[in-house]
Amino acid sequence: MSAGTFEEHPHRAAGATGDDLVVAGVSKRFGGVPALSDVSLAIEAGKVHALIGENGAGKSTLGKIISGVIEPDEGTLTLGERHLVLRSPREALANGIVTIAQETAIVPGLTVAENVYLGSEVATMGFVHRREARRRFRALARHVGFDLSPDVLAGNLSTADKQKVDIMRALSRNASIVVMDEPTAALSSDETAALHEIIRSLTRRGSAVVLISHFLSEVLSLSDRITTLRDGRLIRTVDAKSATEESLIEGMLGRSLNAAFPPKAPVDPAAPVVLDVEHVSAPGVVDCSLVLRRGEILGISGLVGAGRSELARAIFRDAKVSAGTVRLDGGELAGHSPHRSIHRGLALIPESRKEMGLFMGRSVRENVSLSRLDLVSRLGWIAAIRERRAVSKVLARTNVKAASMALPAMMLSGGNQQKLLFARSVMSSPSVLIADEPTRGVDVGSKRAIYDLLVEMAQDGMGIIVISSELEEVLGLAHRVLVMRHGRICAELTGDDMNQQAVLAAAFAENLVG
Amino acid sequence: MTKPNADNVEVLEEDDLGRVGLRSGASKLVQSWRMAGIFIPFAILFVILSITSQPFLHTTNLINILDQQAATLCIAAAGTLVLVAGGIDLSVGATYGLATVVAGEIAAHHSPVLAIAAAIATGLVVGLVNGLIVTVFKINALITTLAMSFVIGGVALKVTSGNLIVLSQNSGFYRFANAQFLTVPSAVWMTLVFVVVLGLLLSRTTFGRYLVASGGNAEAARLAGVRVNLIKVVAFTLSGGAAGLGGAIDISRLLSAQAASGGSALSFTVLAGIVVGGTSIAGGQGSVWRTGIGVLFIALIGNGFNLLGIDPLYQQIVLGLILLIAVGLDSWVRLRRR
Repeated sequence: MSAGTFEEHPHRAAGATGDDLVVAGVSKRFGGVPALSDVSLAIEAGKVHALIGENGAGKSTLGKIISGVIEPDEGTLTLGERHLVLRSPREALANGIVTIAQETAIVPGLTVAENVYLGSEVATMGFVHRREARRRFRALARHVGFDLSPDVLAGNLSTADKQKVDIMRALSRNASIVVMDEPTAALSSDETAALHEIIRSLTRRGSAVVLISHFLSEVLSLSDRITTLRDGRLIRTVDAKSATEESLIEGMLGRSLNAAFPPKAPVDPAAPVVLDVEHVSAPGVVDCSLVLRRGEILGISGLVGAGRSELARAIFRDAKVSAGTVRLDGGELAGHSPHRSIHRGLALIPESRKEMGLFMGRSVRENVSLSRLDLVSRLGWIAAIRERRAVSKVLARTNVKAASMALPAMMLSGGNQQKLLFARSVMSSPSVLIADEPTRGVDVGSKRAIYDLLVEMAQDGMGIIVISSELEEVLGLAHRVLVMRHGRICAELTGDDMNQQAVLAAAFAENLVG
Repeated sequence: MTKPNADNVEVLEEDDLGRVGLRSGASKLVQSWRMAGIFIPFAILFVILSITSQPFLHTTNLINILDQQAATLCIAAAGTLVLVAGGIDLSVGATYGLATVVAGEIAAHHSPVLAIAAAIATGLVVGLVNGLIVTVFKINALITTLAMSFVIGGVALKVTSGNLIVLSQNSGFYRFANAQFLTVPSAVWMTLVFVVVLGLLLSRTTFGRYLVASGGNAEAARLAGVRVNLIKVVAFTLSGGAAGLGGAIDISRLLSAQAASGGSALSFTVLAGIVVGGTSIAGGQGSVWRTGIGVLFIALIGNGFNLLGIDPLYQQIVLGLILLIAVGLDSWVRLRRR
């Protein structure tokens, strides 16, 4: 526990305020897949430099490389004259690079002041000088204009106040580069305005701010320079003054990948409605209504955090639904039980197969049959032969390639793991399937197999909802697209209106009323 | 074996498998410890004791071991289900104690059947309460059952007013655990049936599947339609019921009971048996059969130390070390898998 750097006697440990950060030829691959390819940019002191792009474009990866969370495979970082090798956030910190993430990095059980000086306590031989820390804290709070008590437990603060603690920590270390990853995503409009003011004051002090944000108007009003990333590549860096929302959207669009989609079968407009959601509100979901017909694929798009998965879980009755009704095949789904939803004919493929879907250490057979063991058992006794027969039938139906159904799920490839979840759903022959990120973590070849599967299932008379962060996936599969923003369905697009511009415009459009 | 063509998550995982592959020798050894697991050291210990100690292999001694372990075996078998479902039950010792005094008080004045039924019912109720607290109020199972064991211990003292209960050998109650069939006492037969039933329950029924799923990944289980809370409540109830049954067997065997019998020592012995048997403390996998062997393994160590006249002091040390090795192997296997 050494005495750290403080605003009053800043011993400039390393990166002095006023140096530019130059990122040169940075590449990062996760396994075989490039997340960033040969990205170069200069972050100037005293300026706000925004990074924008679609989900998965690589902007957060770049932010993490700058803040030392991830090491690049190739390329260099140079701060002023010095070449930086950052192996951890701690080393970045020592170089004056501080990150303020969407999820704040506070210790809930410590006070505000203790959090601000965490890791750089004012101490002699391990004994912390509380009074001195409080005094410095007050001076700092006055300086930035925050009204925070040093002695409140940080865990009791609102999200905005927690972010203020993060910011004060950054300031107390005399940061020369501040990386902010979606800092306003969790804030109300007042708090957002306050944060914007802080960002401006940071640059006035000579710090550089790297702003990663989904909100284009925020980016346009705050930034000096804007870098657009797409598929891990730098598309262009422009002066904010010369940019418009349209030009930025256009830059983020136009993905190279074209994983050909199966042809869309027309939906009979008179087909019966299989799912009818009326005015449903639940945590993260505000007053959502939708209708799904037999054989129809409905896409739900929106930014991460817009409430897509929350809506899926509300329909599945896995979340506490505070208002509204869900009708499946005409009958109302009530209560709070995925068990009942499944047995009534609703299946959900959750967004994360590892955390919410599969039992990695258990066999393929057990993973598939779990939802409908009642079909292969009598009085609770599992008929092993019937189970094997039923499972091998759905495995064939969903094209799962596994050497044996006794193999643990973790031995399968990502695509086959994902198809296991489809197999589990198919086994309960549902009338409605909700697939949340059906191709996440799946290679291109398997993607096509999953698309084919979805289209076939729809043709067999299932109603399907596809939720995806990949725009072309939603557009390529769905007959109709709903766009969500802030927990609401903000647009319904059909026919010619179903294009990337329209979806992005709806997803990014801002309503300032929180 | 691996195809480096998927996205990041995917390939990281395959890297992991690759690394496991490199160390497959050691890893396989550990895996086989899990599967054949406790059987090998058990067999080795059995052979050593047979050679070194004359009286060990006598039928009387062997049946005696089983008779003494009857209650522990029943409780550990049910405790395995709780552990597999991702819980833990530290209250079984206290529940056992309460069941013995309840059975004793009733057997002294009423019919033996009533006494036995009351003991089991007591256990079931305690288990049900444990399960409801853990699932409905979402209180950590370790803390819940620790707290409950104090409460139950207090209730047991209240029942006996602190006195020792002694029953006469003439009562029909004595025959419950001591009736001989094929020279084996009924306590052993009941235990055998109970362990086999629970073993099949875990390995062959939908309930067993749901237990494994609930303990392996509760979130995934819930989304797959498993009523995780219900499954956990049933597991805790069975565990309590087994403690009740164990209590009834032991007071019938020993004809005396007091509030403090069982207690935390029994809870820990049960847990040790389960863990030595290779059931994961993290939930999601386990086996009743191996728990049975685990309990008997610990019993053999005790029996062997007695027969060979070794200071019982060392018995405790050896037991502790074996437990550490078992848990260490378990977490090592899980580390390797991540």
